[in-house]
Amino acid sequence: MNTLDILGGKNRGGSPEPVERVRVRSGESLAVVGPTGSGKSELLADIAQLAQGDTPSKRHVLLDGRPPLIGASGLVGTLSQRTNFVMDADVGSFIRMHAAVLGKDGSGCVERVLALANELCGEPVDAVDRLQGLSGGQARSLMIADIALISDAPVVLIDEVENAGIDKHRALEALTGRGKIVLTATHDPVLMLMNDRRVVMRGGGMQALIERDGEERVRLEDLAACDAELLTARDTLRGGGRLRREARA
Amino acid sequence: MQTVIIAGPPSAGKTSAILHVARLMQGEGLRPAAIKFDTRGSADPERYARIGMPALGGLSGYLCPDHYFISNLEEAVHWGRAQRAEALFVETAGLCLRCAPHVEGVPAVTVVDCLGGLDAPVKMGPMLSLADVVLLTKGDLVSQAEREVLAHRIMEENPGAEILPMNGLTGTGALALLRCLRGMSVNPGLADARLRHDMPAAICSYCTGERRIGRRFQSGNVEKLCWTEA
Repeated sequence: MNTLDILGGKNRGGSPEPVERVRVRSGESLAVVGPTGSGKSELLADIAQLAQGDTPSKRHVLLDGRPPLIGASGLVGTLSQRTNFVMDADVGSFIRMHAAVLGKDGSGCVERVLALANELCGEPVDAVDRLQGLSGGQARSLMIADIALISDAPVVLIDEVENAGIDKHRALEALTGRGKIVLTATHDPVLMLMNDRRVVMRGGGMQALIERDGEERVRLEDLAACDAELLTARDTLRGGGRLRREARA
Repeated sequence: MQTVIIAGPPSAGKTSAILHVARLMQGEGLRPAAIKFDTRGSADPERYARIGMPALGGLSGYLCPDHYFISNLEEAVHWGRAQRAEALFVETAGLCLRCAPHVEGVPAVTVVDCLGGLDAPVKMGPMLSLADVVLLTKGDLVSQAEREVLAHRIMEENPGAEILPMNGLTGTGALALLRCLRGMSVNPGLADARLRHDMPAAICSYCTGERRIGRRFQSGNVEKLCWTEA
């Protein structure tokens, strides 16, 4: 699949959405931003349901420029703050099981998924670790690495997965790098700016589609540095250390 | 009127799924109705009534809930017609997994909870294998990988089923179910309809209220494990 189009419908007041069309290509990502209650989750739900003018927003979702077949499934993968592992197994068996049901070579997958998960998260994950014993950051990293490398879903929706102690930039890159179309609803300014474009939600409608400009690219570097500093401070304090003024770069 | 039978383990999200689809139908000016067959007590008919659906509840009490359900299905359909409903959702308690409440020619939906474990599809038997549509609920709580493995195992048990995700809290997925139901049969009546699977047999002393344990209190259809070999 090469393109996802969202054709605008109506906002909650019934007026046409100012953004008439958003096209996201394979390997591209789009941030979905706006205050709580502005309609971010509804936009993601429209994509998950492949809306055809039959949701409250009246939006249409096109894949490769055409309405998807009725009953099309397995096209959209999701990851949210509420997502957990519920099975009782070790990481290696879990990855092999997922690879096997999709007809992929299990043993090679374990190595590749673990290598990617460990790039995203500071705390290493091992094949013999129990899924239930993973920290929040390890679990998110493993889920992202698994979606990137094993899942066939060409579209990935991420709903407010932040502050989990993972490398957001690498996570986004890992997904788009495999040709996925990634939409991320977020309140995190760093994550917003890591996407080349962002759609701004207001009153249930797509209010504006904004492309990141050069000045924002510079600000992203500043904000990412702040973010990294916060993470370092967190690790220092968690490790029983003290924060010192000179630690500030 | 289209009759739809919904089955699934307790608390899988059957009522929530029906409520979301019913709201979509009401939004189109249609009139859906619901009947819940339960065993002891149920607040579900009130949940349906709260959104303005004609709703009825039946309690099987001491009877097998599946026998009770099928014995009342014809009358349930008459009741639905009398309500001038365009859709009648018949929700069953779905308890023992030995049988399936699904009827030939009547759209059959089975609800499977993603938190129920990856082995659930193998354990569920005809209720799952004979469904037309399998709704996967609570998927927002589990990883994409586990959802995909579960869907695959359901497909192995029931290769022909439409497998649809459904979030009972937000209603995401209700639309896909509605689109799916639109493409399914609107059965004219149940006059010659047959169950897709036979019901469990019993008729032993315990069916008639016996509570004492031991061989001398057992009569009728009583089956024993092969204890001499064990």
